[in-house]
Amino acid sequence: MTTSVAPRPTRPPDAPETLRARRLPRYAPPAVALAALLVAAALAYGTGAGGPVLVVVAAALLYLVGLFAVANVVEGRRAARDRLWSALIHSAFVLAVAPLASVVWTLVSRGAERLDGDFFGTSMNNIGARDPDGGAYHAIVGTLMQVGIAALITVPLGLLCAIYVVEYGRGRFAATIRFFVDVMTGIPSIVAGLFVLAFWVLVVSPVFNDGRPGFSGFAAALALSVLMLPTVVRSTEEMLRLVPAPLREGAYALGVPKWKTILRVVLPTALPGIVTGVMLAVARAAGETAPVLLVAGGGAAINFNPFQDNQSSLALFVYQQAGDASRYAPARAWTAALTLVALVLVLTIAAKLLSRRNRLGR
Amino acid sequence: MAKRIDATNVTAYYGGFKAIEDINLTVEPKTVTALIGPSGCGKSTFLRSINRMHEVLPGARVEGDLTIDGQNIYDRDVDVTAVRRMIGMVFQRPNPFPTMSIYDNVVAGLRLNGVRKKSILDEAAENSLRAANLWDEVKDRLGKPGAGLSGGQQQRLCIARTIAVEPQVVLMDEPCSALDPISTLAIEDLMFQLKDRFTIIIVTHNMQQAARVSDRTAFFSIERTGDPGRLVEYDDTQKIFSNPSVRKTEDYITGRFG
Repeated sequence: MTTSVAPRPTRPPDAPETLRARRLPRYAPPAVALAALLVAAALAYGTGAGGPVLVVVAAALLYLVGLFAVANVVEGRRAARDRLWSALIHSAFVLAVAPLASVVWTLVSRGAERLDGDFFGTSMNNIGARDPDGGAYHAIVGTLMQVGIAALITVPLGLLCAIYVVEYGRGRFAATIRFFVDVMTGIPSIVAGLFVLAFWVLVVSPVFNDGRPGFSGFAAALALSVLMLPTVVRSTEEMLRLVPAPLREGAYALGVPKWKTILRVVLPTALPGIVTGVMLAVARAAGETAPVLLVAGGGAAINFNPFQDNQSSLALFVYQQAGDASRYAPARAWTAALTLVALVLVLTIAAKLLSRRNRLGR
Repeated sequence: MAKRIDATNVTAYYGGFKAIEDINLTVEPKTVTALIGPSGCGKSTFLRSINRMHEVLPGARVEGDLTIDGQNIYDRDVDVTAVRRMIGMVFQRPNPFPTMSIYDNVVAGLRLNGVRKKSILDEAAENSLRAANLWDEVKDRLGKPGAGLSGGQQQRLCIARTIAVEPQVVLMDEPCSALDPISTLAIEDLMFQLKDRFTIIIVTHNMQQAARVSDRTAFFSIERTGDPGRLVEYDDTQKIFSNPSVRKTEDYITGRFG
C-alpha cells in the first residue's frame, strides 16, 4: 500500500523559535568602554610605555574586542557582529572629523591674536620686521579680485562646456572633451601657474605693456581658472545628467525649443548641485599659493587694479608671513589662514542661500 | 480646431531595431482613440511618433507619412516645436517642473514660448486648471510647488499644462497607470469633457478604461519578442469589445493572451 506522504516542512537549522532574544543592558557599552580605558591605562602606565595617546588607542581597540566578546556571549553572533560594525563605523566617523576639528581649533585659537581692525584695515606696506602691526587688507582684496575674475571666466565657460557634453555632444568629439576635462582635473597648480607665466605674462601681456612682462592679479585669475574649469565642468555635467529625462520631454511636448528647455527647465532643476560644484572650485582656487606667487608676484601694498602690477592673495600672504623672520609674522599668518577659511565658508553659505531662494519652499 | 490624423505606413526604429512596422490608421477629429495591446507591441512608440517625440532618443527615427489635416509632420521644412505645440502630450508618470509653482507649471508652455502679458497668463492658468478639474483644489495655493500635489493632482496639473498651450490633439501615454482609481476616474471624466475641443489618443493597458473612454480602439500586437509591432485591428470600440473580427483581438480582450 503506497500512500504519498506530504513532505515535512524543513526548517533551516538556525531558524529562531521565538522572536525574543536576550539583549545587553543599556549600560553595557559604556561599562565596557570604561573597563577598556582602565585596563589600557593600567597596561600603558604599568609597563612604563606611557602616554595618553597610547591609552586612547589601546582603549579603543580593547573596547571593540570587549564589546564583541560580551555581546557574543549574551546576544549571540549576529548581534555581536552588528555591534562590532556599528562601533567601527562610528570610530571611522570620529577619525575623519578629528583632524577637521583640530584644524578649526588651531586656526581659531592662534588666529584670534591678530583679529583686530588693523589686520583688516591696513596692508603690509612700510611694515618692517620690528613693527607688530600691519595687516592683510591687500591680500583680502587680491583674493577676492582674483577668485572673482576666475569665477567670472570659469562659470560661463564651464556651464556651456558641460551643457555641450551632456545635451548636444555625440560620438567621439564629446568623449574626447570629457577625457581631457578629466585629465585637466589632475593638473598640479604649479603647472597651471607656469602655463600662464609662459603664455600670458611673458608673451601676450608685454604687447599691451610696452614690452615688459605683465605680472598682475588678472594673470593669477587666469591660472586659477585653468584649475577651476575642470571641477566646474565635471560637477555641472554630473548634475545635468541627474535631471530626469521626463522633465526635458515634458518641456519638448509643450513645443518649447531645446535651448529654452535647457535654460529654463534643466538648469534651474540642477542649480543647487551646480552651485555646490562651483563653490568647491572657488574654495580650491582661493587656497592656491603657487600660481599666484608665479604670475602675480605678491606685494605688500594695496592694489585695486587687477590688470596692472603685483597683487597678493591670502594664501600667498600666509606663505610669506609663515616664512618671515619677524617675530610678529606667524600671528599674521594664522589670522590670514583663519580669514581665508572664514571667507570661503561665508561665500559658500551665501551661494547656497542664493540658489535656494529661487527654489520653492515645501 | 481639433484635427484629423492620418498615418500611412508608419515604421519606427530604435537604432537598428524596428519597433513598429507599417502602421496605417486614421483618427477623426474630436474623438477619443484608445491604443491597446501587450507590453512591447509599440503603442507608445507609435504615440510618440505622432508628435515627433520618438526622435528625441538617440538613434531613433520614423519612416512613413503622418499627416495632420493633410500636412505631413515629417516633411523636411516642418518645425518640430510647431508640431509639438499643435500636438500636446501627457506622460505616464506626472512630470511637473520641480522648480516651478503650480501657476508657473500651468503657464510654462505659454511663458517659454514668449507670452509675457500677465492678464493672458492668468486667464490661461484659470481656464486650463478649470478644464483639468483642478482649479477648486489649488486656487488658494497657486504659488506652492507643483511637486507638492498628490499623484492624481500632479497628473491633472500636467494635463492643464498641456491644454494651456491650446493644442489641437492631446496624446496620453498611460496617463492613469500611476494613479489610484479615484484619480483615474477624475481623469476619465476629464477626457469626456476635453473631447469637445481636442482629438485625444490614449495608450492604456486597462481594457475597461479603453472601453469606457474611447470611441475607436486600435489593437497592436507582436508575433514574438524582437519582431516589430503591427496594427492588428482598428474599429469602433463597441465592435472591438463585443464582436472583434480578428481572432487575436478576441483572445487579447478576453484575457487568453497578453
